[in-house]
Amino acid sequence: MQNHQQINRLKNTVQSILDEAVKQGASAAEAGLSQENGLSVSVRLGDVETIEHHCDQGLGVTVYFGKRKGSASTTDLSPASIRETVGAACSIARYTSEDEYAGLPEKELLATEFPDLDLNHPWDIGVDGAIALAIECESAARSYHKEITNSEGASVDTHQGVRVLGNSLGFLQGYASTRHSLSCSVLGQRGDSMQRDYWYTVARNAANLESAADVGKKAAERTIRRLEGRSLSTRQCPVLYCAETASGLLGSFIGAISGGNLYRKSSFLLDALNTQVFPEFVRIHEQPYLKGALGSGAYDGEGVATQTRDIVSDGILRGYVLSTYSARKLGLRSTGNAGGVHNLTIDPGKLDYQGMLKELNTGLLVTELMGQGVNMVTGDYSRGAAGFWVENGEIQYPVEEITIAGNLKDMLKNIVAVGNDVDYRGNIRTGSILVERMSIAGE
Amino acid sequence: MEILNLARQAILMPTGIQDGDIEKIMGRLLSSPVDAADIYFQSSHFESWVMEGGIIKEGSHNIEQGAGVRAVFGEKTGFAYSDRIELPVLLEAANNVKAIVRQGQDAEPLHCKVATKAAGRPNYYATQNPLKSLADQQKIDLLRRVDSETRKLDSRIEEVIVSLVGLHEHILVARQDGSLVADVRPLVRMNVTVIVEQNGQREQGSMGGGGRSDYGYFIDRDTALEYGREAVRQALVNLEAVEAPAGNMTVVLGPGWPGILLHEAIGHGLEGDFNRKGTSAFSGRVGERVASDLCTVVDDGTLEGRRGSLSIDDEGTPTELTVLIENGILKGYMQDQLNARLMGVNPTGNGRRESYAHLPMPRMTNTYMLAGQHDPEEIIKTVKKGLYAKNFGGGQVDITSGKFVFSASEAYLIENGKITRAVKGATLIGNGPDVLTKVSMVGTDLALDSGVGSCGKEGQSVPVGVGQPTLKIDGLTVGGTSV
Repeated sequence: MQNHQQINRLKNTVQSILDEAVKQGASAAEAGLSQENGLSVSVRLGDVETIEHHCDQGLGVTVYFGKRKGSASTTDLSPASIRETVGAACSIARYTSEDEYAGLPEKELLATEFPDLDLNHPWDIGVDGAIALAIECESAARSYHKEITNSEGASVDTHQGVRVLGNSLGFLQGYASTRHSLSCSVLGQRGDSMQRDYWYTVARNAANLESAADVGKKAAERTIRRLEGRSLSTRQCPVLYCAETASGLLGSFIGAISGGNLYRKSSFLLDALNTQVFPEFVRIHEQPYLKGALGSGAYDGEGVATQTRDIVSDGILRGYVLSTYSARKLGLRSTGNAGGVHNLTIDPGKLDYQGMLKELNTGLLVTELMGQGVNMVTGDYSRGAAGFWVENGEIQYPVEEITIAGNLKDMLKNIVAVGNDVDYRGNIRTGSILVERMSIAGE
Repeated sequence: MEILNLARQAILMPTGIQDGDIEKIMGRLLSSPVDAADIYFQSSHFESWVMEGGIIKEGSHNIEQGAGVRAVFGEKTGFAYSDRIELPVLLEAANNVKAIVRQGQDAEPLHCKVATKAAGRPNYYATQNPLKSLADQQKIDLLRRVDSETRKLDSRIEEVIVSLVGLHEHILVARQDGSLVADVRPLVRMNVTVIVEQNGQREQGSMGGGGRSDYGYFIDRDTALEYGREAVRQALVNLEAVEAPAGNMTVVLGPGWPGILLHEAIGHGLEGDFNRKGTSAFSGRVGERVASDLCTVVDDGTLEGRRGSLSIDDEGTPTELTVLIENGILKGYMQDQLNARLMGVNPTGNGRRESYAHLPMPRMTNTYMLAGQHDPEEIIKTVKKGLYAKNFGGGQVDITSGKFVFSASEAYLIENGKITRAVKGATLIGNGPDVLTKVSMVGTDLALDSGVGSCGKEGQSVPVGVGQPTLKIDGLTVGGTSV
């Protein structure tokens, strides 16, 4: 109920901002307002390290004078500051150029249905409760094995916020959401080899978090298994991306089919619509209306209705990822992706993690990637990596200080299998992905 | 004094907060037996302009202001912040954070008297608002000129994107001894990205720069047009690039921005927090050899007008030139107040925070290697087969294992002592604690980067600088595709 009142209050403020923009001469306007509170507690070596109380608010406003656009933002929500911020946006619009593609979304694309997506589950854990949970988590990690010798600690984060978005076409909507997480990072040592790894769990509802003991245990397991890593000789071989690293691979694909990169012609997938980008068995789709999921939302950053849709089916690229502006530049319509994709999912295959290792047979399992190393224009890909050398489906030893390289166009086309070991912690949901062949550089 | 007054006017005056109010908040913080406490006030104005597709496409103006309240006890920190700079809000924040000290009973409220130190400290940049250094129309004219001049350079240019950003920031730190210190920080940056096409093949090039200065920086020496020329040159070089080699080989790094090597390979590993906690591959190694004796590396926040420079850090400590490695021997770490106190050393002016909404921690300023004895051309001549890397994108490090990467965006093969073919971008990977032991030649051509660096740590981003002379490294893994 409290949220309801808060949302109404913010809606009133947003409406007054839109009115102010029109008063200052804007022909159209859009405003977003958010307020968020949170608590972060971290512990290290069994004792409290930091307690942080978060309290954030922000206003962003975009105005249009015909086809000219100006934007401004502020963290100060006093009436005087709001007037100034609207004024700043209007002043900027005097200097920007006429841009025939600029403007609010087409009215008929705006969301009109707002189902409850079950995103708001406040967690009344309190400082003491958070400390106890973090300590339990870190203890589970530290007591897991004698080779766990040090810790970067464990932390509990809980955030609760309200967002309201409105525009001068009459769209005015808000929702409350929560996000909670628990993470742990520990160090292990064997001889001269020192390694660190971590694990985390995140959810809208604290009831869906992994247990503190499991998070700690996984952090410790992941650290221990990396000890005494070695490099590989330079070679070509198959590469299995574990689920966590596979989401980055799909992230690069999404970047290449995003409107901004397409209309700038800075994508390696220009003119790839309706062509074979992946092997035939691959389907990639968006699921914005999943209840309680991290990437759910009935509308995008501009108020455009989100869509349950296939982006790839039978391996063929069926659609782009577009905002209103980028869509118009391409002569298309917004796909409801201003601000990104919504629970992007690649259909899992039949194999679990062990099955994927067997499918890899002999090659590299990648569990960590470092650096950027992706050229979106050409698809050239070269990143630092760590993981494990696998022979006959069995992990042999940890590997580090190597790079993996290829071209994304080939890598996507040469995906051999997708596992059912799905990582649900992010906005991209994928199992492990096996790529037929890449170049490994090492000692 | 003048700077302090400017900061008072910009941050406190509009909110009505008086010295007496600061004393009340600090008194509340000190009513528990804390080791240290501070209140960080900030007010920032930021603008950005983007020209793309031949038109002025975007402009924005952003205001960020607020205060962060911190209390430290032993290794424990309590922290709260608000974007409302109001007495009741900050008193409540103080109540929340002093709970970090769980001694049961409150001590007698300590009286704290705000005093302004007679300042005589150096300032490494001017206080004037860079956003006002040009009229808006002049900013637009500058963008248009860079765009049109750049487009004229080559017929293969498909697109030019020019951005101009400026920041004017006032900060005020109230510390537990009652002292109030302030800083007024300008920061400007311009960037030019071009996309070129030849026979259906596309490539991009990007160049930018700036510093703690005003927009005159881009006009005075035609710096802005030079960014355009350099972006086009890089893009055209990449059109001709062949597959990069894969494997371990001799690598020669060019001067300036390739100093990102130092930032990733050793800089982060020498930050005080990681070393106090024993989580860095460099922990406990002061006095040991970590580089060849040709290497002397410093972190220097005192360089006039540089992007990474600060007159005082975000805890009010004056910045300094800190020697990290001298002739190959590890000399010390970069410290903020908390980690310096816990390690029993002096703070080095490296306590930085992204904003009032973030906690300070040890961060780099401008990190670079001093010049050596070798002529850069002689260095290339000594290499039979290897890679010459001239420009880089970003990098990353795992401070515990010491493994680091940085991605070359412009590189060439060296064959028989000569730079030959351009190769595609590739990631280089190495081990921080031994990469500098493989430095066998150091050039005379020390250069600092053009002012584009941003460093991320634990989710906080701060502007930094890097630099180095030409370096020869006898063995680094190059992540190309040509096996």
